[in-house]
Amino acid sequence: MVRNTRTRNTPPRKTRNTPARKTHPGERNKDTRKSGIIDYQTISSVAGPLLMVEGVEGIKYEELVEIFLPSGERRRGRVLEVNQDKALIQIFEGSAGIEIGRTRVRFLGKGITLGVSEELLGRVFNGLGRPRDDSPPVIPEEFRDINGLPINPYARAYPNEFIQTGISCIDGLNTLVRGQKLPLFSGSGLPHNRMAAQIARQAKVLGAEEEFAVVFGAMGITFEEAQFFIDDFRRTGALERAVLFLNLADDPAIERIATPRVAFTAAEYLAFTKNYHVLVILTDLTNYCEALREVSAARKEIPGRRGYPGYLYTDLATIYERSGRIKGSEGSITLIPILTMPEDDKTHPIPDLTGYITEGQIILSRVLHHKNVSPPVDVLPSLSRLKDKGIGKGKTREDHADLFNQLYAGYARGKEAAELAVILGEAALTDIDKKFMRFAEAFEARYVSQDEYEDRTIEETLDLGWELLAMLPRSEMKRVRDENLAKYYDKAAAKFSKKEES
Amino acid sequence: MKKEDVGRIVKVAGPLVIAEGMSTSRMYDVVKVSDKRLVGEIIELEGDRASIQVYEETGGIGPGEAVYPTHEPLSVELGPGMVEGIYDGIQRPLPGIARETGAFITRGVELPALPRDRKWNFVPTVSKGAKVTGGDIIGTVAETVIIEHRIMLPPDLEGEIVEIKKGSFTVEEPVAVVKTPEGGKVPVTMMQRWPVRQPRPYKRKRTPHEILSTGQRIIDTFFPLGKGGTACVPGPFGSGKTVIQHQLAKWADAEVIVYVGCGERGNEMTDVLIEFPELRDPKSGEALMKRTVLIANTSNMPVAAREASVYTGITIAEYFRDMGYSVALMADSTSRWAEAMREISGRLEEMPGEEGYPAYLSAKIAEFYERAGLVDCLGSNERKGALSAIGAVSPPGGDLSDPVVQATLRVVKVFWSLEAALAYARHFPAISWLRSYSLYKDAVADSVRDTLGMKYLEDSKEAMRILQEEDELAEIVRLIGLDALSPKERLTMEAARSIREDFLHQNAFHEIDTYASLDKQAKMLSVVLRYHKEALKALDSGSSLEDLIDLETREKIARARYLPESESKAIPKIEEEIASEIASLKKEVV
Repeated sequence: MVRNTRTRNTPPRKTRNTPARKTHPGERNKDTRKSGIIDYQTISSVAGPLLMVEGVEGIKYEELVEIFLPSGERRRGRVLEVNQDKALIQIFEGSAGIEIGRTRVRFLGKGITLGVSEELLGRVFNGLGRPRDDSPPVIPEEFRDINGLPINPYARAYPNEFIQTGISCIDGLNTLVRGQKLPLFSGSGLPHNRMAAQIARQAKVLGAEEEFAVVFGAMGITFEEAQFFIDDFRRTGALERAVLFLNLADDPAIERIATPRVAFTAAEYLAFTKNYHVLVILTDLTNYCEALREVSAARKEIPGRRGYPGYLYTDLATIYERSGRIKGSEGSITLIPILTMPEDDKTHPIPDLTGYITEGQIILSRVLHHKNVSPPVDVLPSLSRLKDKGIGKGKTREDHADLFNQLYAGYARGKEAAELAVILGEAALTDIDKKFMRFAEAFEARYVSQDEYEDRTIEETLDLGWELLAMLPRSEMKRVRDENLAKYYDKAAAKFSKKEES
Repeated sequence: MKKEDVGRIVKVAGPLVIAEGMSTSRMYDVVKVSDKRLVGEIIELEGDRASIQVYEETGGIGPGEAVYPTHEPLSVELGPGMVEGIYDGIQRPLPGIARETGAFITRGVELPALPRDRKWNFVPTVSKGAKVTGGDIIGTVAETVIIEHRIMLPPDLEGEIVEIKKGSFTVEEPVAVVKTPEGGKVPVTMMQRWPVRQPRPYKRKRTPHEILSTGQRIIDTFFPLGKGGTACVPGPFGSGKTVIQHQLAKWADAEVIVYVGCGERGNEMTDVLIEFPELRDPKSGEALMKRTVLIANTSNMPVAAREASVYTGITIAEYFRDMGYSVALMADSTSRWAEAMREISGRLEEMPGEEGYPAYLSAKIAEFYERAGLVDCLGSNERKGALSAIGAVSPPGGDLSDPVVQATLRVVKVFWSLEAALAYARHFPAISWLRSYSLYKDAVADSVRDTLGMKYLEDSKEAMRILQEEDELAEIVRLIGLDALSPKERLTMEAARSIREDFLHQNAFHEIDTYASLDKQAKMLSVVLRYHKEALKALDSGSSLEDLIDLETREKIARARYLPESESKAIPKIEEEIASEIASLKKEVV
């Protein structure tokens, strides 16, 4: 809580404006103050990104605020708490230069909104949704509150349409489906951006030509990283189908708290009003959470783990859960958030809480990266929870489920054998364990590794899986149904033994 | 409502609103906040100031707005119409909300939990002049094909039936009139209201003694849950907590299932909504949805309602227990419930306990699980009801020293510990056989022995012994290598591998493997152990270890799981095949 350093004896100075206010569709903040918009010059304290204003009247929680500095600069903020005649305000652009006596605060009587229309496509905005390119502002079809509203679980349609990304370790093992939220857990220095760009470039639903859009939300990443995505989108022609919201490393940190919400407001509009299939890429969530922690610390809230606020889970959930599909709507929102795990620690609160909300995770490993496995996906702890609904006959192929179960089991056992070999030497392994070890090596080199521009079809991915399993004896295929063994394994095994002989 | 009853908001901080002028309200009363009529509950009183946790988003609410008391605690409506329903945390029907406001949930929606216009065919079971007490069944309604909804007298009512009707009625129309000993005449409807924070009364509690079979081999064979028992499933993300909860909701041998999705993913609830009407209950052959009540307060829905959702769920479950049913409640996840408490507690500026959780965390958790149990139901006729509670816990980083896990372990009797390492190897269910426990194992042994015989219980002990031994041997292998083991020990390792891969591993997404009856489990376990026994004998009489390991019939053991229940008779035949194949090995040696 911000302390009230002093109470002002002077009565609050109020300036009245004409009540020229637009109401916006959407349910929030419908009621208006009878008196119109009021300016206050009664700031009592400033601490970090927070501002306390006293003597206010009729202020609503979550209301949008404009702050006019003596220099003529205008900043934006929102009401975090109202207590009688005191309002606590979080300033998006930071508090530098704010003077207690001469700064004016104006309450706008509405939440933060984003003007949406299809013209958003092909444009670049800042983290709060103001144009960052040199083009004029978008003429909005409507204004939407950036906090959105929770999707009724009853109205959700289950995500079950297979998205082919052309990347074997996603398509084959951690299948992505439309409406899923699948994060990339990475570390600094790992090629997560290249992988995300590859997904954005190659993702398609088989046998369907549909309106596709990318919404890209950048939080605190560097200019270079942002430019990488912009260049890649431009080169592949994806830019005109993309909306970019950029809050870069040198932009105000607190503004980042709004960025993913702004991005999702655009995505919801495109998906559920305009029937686009939207892929949302958010990067880097770690920076977002740090901004949240900064505000929480400034409010002197009781911290949770590692200083992050106790409501971090809820806060992240209100972002991630905005993706999905809705009954009766053609469009969908698929989310790929990227986060860098501090010290590659998966139990750090940010990846940990993210993993509890998202439907799986793709984990990149530094060890594999050093071994030149690219993309360095750590297959064993990676997971797509929705894969079972998106694969199989009529979606991918009937053998898919058995195949990935067996690949996983085989790879896990091969890795175990390899560990044992490190300690005891390869000679100590049984013959069968040696086979598993060979299998795991081949799996990393041929299945996980693939070129950044290699777009494998799902058939190629599946056949490659059988080709590798053929290195193992039939009796070890415990996770495979008999009919699939006969149809796929035996063929691959015959080929393999022929090759061995020659 | 008197005008002076209306309070005024003085402070808004997230889901917490403080209002003054609330002197007529009591603790835990429900109030309506602002003219948007957001539902809230009083959680602290100081003078005429009340702290209110609001079950809906508070954006756009400010000081000066009105707070309207209802002078009633947070209650649920109990009566026909709940089964197959899906509700939010404060029992508002989600399909109704979707009809009113579309795909997104807006605020201030007021909808009755039970449909008011639907008529139910009430069949009386008592006649005029009968003396009745609280909890007595006065009639029935066929709510779904499998649930006979027993209409009970509210717990606090007793007297003589002076009028009882038969025919179609809505839940608000009286179906009987009771004359109380004081002489008053009380109309009785099919609907009751009950405050969620108050446990429903029963005559007496008993110790669980019957197994709640779940169709999951590792659970039923090693760590069984008793009917009326409590269990928890803690584990890191991706270890399959939700799949286990779903599997229990699908296959647990209970008559009514209450599934509380507390602060979890929206798509998981959608999954249940799509899948349950399709799946068939192995006992009745009817759709699983026809015995299920869903409470969904997903992670993006207001946090305070998440706190209430667990109580809403257990009150509904208690109500079905009172009818004499065996009810199972799944709460996924209790960590989110605890976090909701933490958030509200933080906003109230209470002194925090461990990890910022309120000091009363463990008391609340204990209170919740204590509402489970096997009971003699209220009422003059003898009937038993059971309420089993299974809570998932999501500790940060899978760390079991988390306060929520620790507080839960102190009260629950069954602990299914999920391990990330098992999940990575895609060994599902990823329940650790070395760390989990069940305190019902002995209590339910009699009921298991009566149906399956002593051998199954002994097999279960033997299998556990082999797994324990494997753990010790694996340590040696890690240090010195497999060669350090004697052939006998190698065989133990093989047997343990077979128990793990052919018995404990179970594929929830395979149409047959997803459920195994106790009978099938007993047969499968017997086969796996028979191999070990025969192989040991053969080893003693000189057969080679390699031959025994490469035994062809072992592939049949691995495939026994895919035999449908109707063909499980074929499983014991595998035992004979093992014996004969091993016998043929011996001949070769001779």
